[in-house]
Amino acid sequence: MTTPDLSVSLCGIFLRNPLVLASGILGTSAELLERVARCGAGAVTSKSCGPTPRAGHPNPTVLAWGHGLINAVGLSNPGADEEARILRDAKARLAPLGVPLIASIFAETVQGFGEVARKVAEAAPDFIEVNISCPNVEAEFGRPFAADARDAAAVTAVVRRAVSLPVIVKLSPNVPDIAAIARAVESEGADAISAINTLGPGMVIDTDSGKPILANRTGGVSGPAIRPIAVRCVYDVSRAVRVPVIGIGGVACGRDAAEMIMAGATAVGIGTAVYDRGPEVFAAIAEELLAFMATHGYTAVSQMRGLAHDD
Amino acid sequence: MTIDLPTAFRIRHLRDESPTVRTFILDGALHAEPGQFVMVWIPRVNEKPFSLVDDAPITLTIARVGPFTEAAHWLREGDRLWVRGPYGRGFAPLPRPAVLVGGGYGAAPLAFLARRLRAQGVEVSVALGAKCARDLVLVERFQAAGCAVHPATEDGSLGHRGLATDVAARLLDKHPDAALYACGPEAMLERLARLCREWGTPGQFSMERLMKCGLGVCGSCDYGGLLVCRDGPVFSAEQVLGA
Repeated sequence: MTTPDLSVSLCGIFLRNPLVLASGILGTSAELLERVARCGAGAVTSKSCGPTPRAGHPNPTVLAWGHGLINAVGLSNPGADEEARILRDAKARLAPLGVPLIASIFAETVQGFGEVARKVAEAAPDFIEVNISCPNVEAEFGRPFAADARDAAAVTAVVRRAVSLPVIVKLSPNVPDIAAIARAVESEGADAISAINTLGPGMVIDTDSGKPILANRTGGVSGPAIRPIAVRCVYDVSRAVRVPVIGIGGVACGRDAAEMIMAGATAVGIGTAVYDRGPEVFAAIAEELLAFMATHGYTAVSQMRGLAHDD
Repeated sequence: MTIDLPTAFRIRHLRDESPTVRTFILDGALHAEPGQFVMVWIPRVNEKPFSLVDDAPITLTIARVGPFTEAAHWLREGDRLWVRGPYGRGFAPLPRPAVLVGGGYGAAPLAFLARRLRAQGVEVSVALGAKCARDLVLVERFQAAGCAVHPATEDGSLGHRGLATDVAARLLDKHPDAALYACGPEAMLERLARLCREWGTPGQFSMERLMKCGLGVCGSCDYGGLLVCRDGPVFSAEQVLGA
C-alpha cells in the first residue's frame, strides 16, 4: 500500500502538508515562526500587522473559558516597518525548511491596506493575508470591512493593485451570507480565501465581581465550540468561488482537518489547538491525518477535498 | 489542577517586606511547583503575572512599581484578589546541595523552592542581592525554612558590598557538587548561566517577560523562540545562553 501524500498546492505554492499556523497565534517573532515550522506546520502566518505600532488592549486579553478561547488582544503589533524586518528574518529561517510564510496585514482605512501590503511585500513573504475580519478594526459604519461585500471588495482591490504576491482574504463568520462576501473578494482579484476568523464577539462575566473579565469586555470566540460554524462557512465559500479556501476554526485533530477538507478546504488553519496541545500539535495532527487517510484509502489530500459537496 | 478563569480569593493577611514590597496571603490553596506563576486580576484594572511564594495558602509578594501593583497595595485584609493558574514549568529540585541566587524581587519564587528543598532534606545556601539592606525581601522566610542566607547590597549596608553573583561564586566554590537556582535581572541570570557552563554546575533560571495570555498562544513573552509562559519561566543554562 502506498503511503498517503499530505502535500498540497496553494496558489501554485507547495505545502508539505495542509496545516497552516493561523494568524495571531505565536506569530510575533521570526524565531517563533521558525519553531512552529520545525514543529511540522505546512505554512505559517505572522501576527497581523498594521501601519503603525499598536500596544493592544490591557489584560486580561485571552481566556480559556472551558470550550475554547476568547480573546481581545487588540491587534498589538510593532508596525509595518519593524514587521518587514521580522518577516525578512522569518523568511530566511523558513526557506531552508521549505515552509512558506504568509504575512498577515490589517489597516483602519482602505488605502491603509495598500500601504501596509506594499511595505510587507518588500520582505518577500510567499503570500499576503488580508485581515478584514478582526472585530477590533472597523470601517466607517463601525463594522469590520468583512461585514460588507463592497468594503471587502474595495480592500481586496487596493491590495491586489499594491502587490504581485498571491493575496489571501480572511473572512468573518459574523455575516448573514459569507458566500456573497467571498464572491465579492474573488471578483476583485483575491487568489485565496481564508475562513473563518473568530466568532462573536462574545463575553465572559466573572460572577464574583459581576464584571466582564476581558479588559475589552468582549472578544472573539475560537476553538472546538465554533467548528461546526467554521465547517459550514468553508462549505458555503468553497461552493461560491473557484479560488482555494484555507479552512480555519476549531480544528483540533486529524479527523477535524479531514472534515474541513471535505467541506472544501485546500489547506487547514490551526490556532486554538496550540493552547490545548502545544506547538507540537502540527506534527501530531499531520500524523493523525496521515493515519486517517491510510485507514480510509485516500492517497492524496485532493481525493477528500469537497466530498461533502457531492449530492 | 489549573484554574483557567480568574477565581476570587480573600486576602487573609498582609505583611510589609519593605517600604514598597508587600506579601499577600490569600484564603485558599493551589497545587503548584516552585517557580510556577499565576495571573493576578483586579477587575477593571489589569491582570499581571506573579511567581508564587507559596501555594498553600496562595502567597504572593508584590512590589509597588506601576498602576496595577499600586492598586494591589490599596487592598486591605478581607478584600478580594482574583487568581488563575498555576502556569508554566517550575524548578525541578535536585537531590544535591542547593545554591539559590535572588536579585531583588527574584527572591519570591526561590522562597517557595527553598521550602521544598528543605522538606527534602537538602542543604540550601541563599545569595540575596539588593541595592540596600531595606530592599532585601523575604529574608525571614528563607531563615525560617532553615537556609543559610548571605545578603549582598550594592551600598554595603548589609552583608557583602557588591553583587549577589560574587556571593554565588563563593558559595559554588564551597559546594562544588551544588545545583544553582536563580531568579532576578536578566544580566545577572546570563552571568550565572555562563558560570554554570564553565563549572559544569546544573543551573535553573527563572526568566521574566511581559505576558498577556499566560497560556502559550499569544507570543508576547517570546524569548528567542521559547515561550516564557509555557516553556518556562524556568530555563536551563543552555536555553538562557542560546536564546
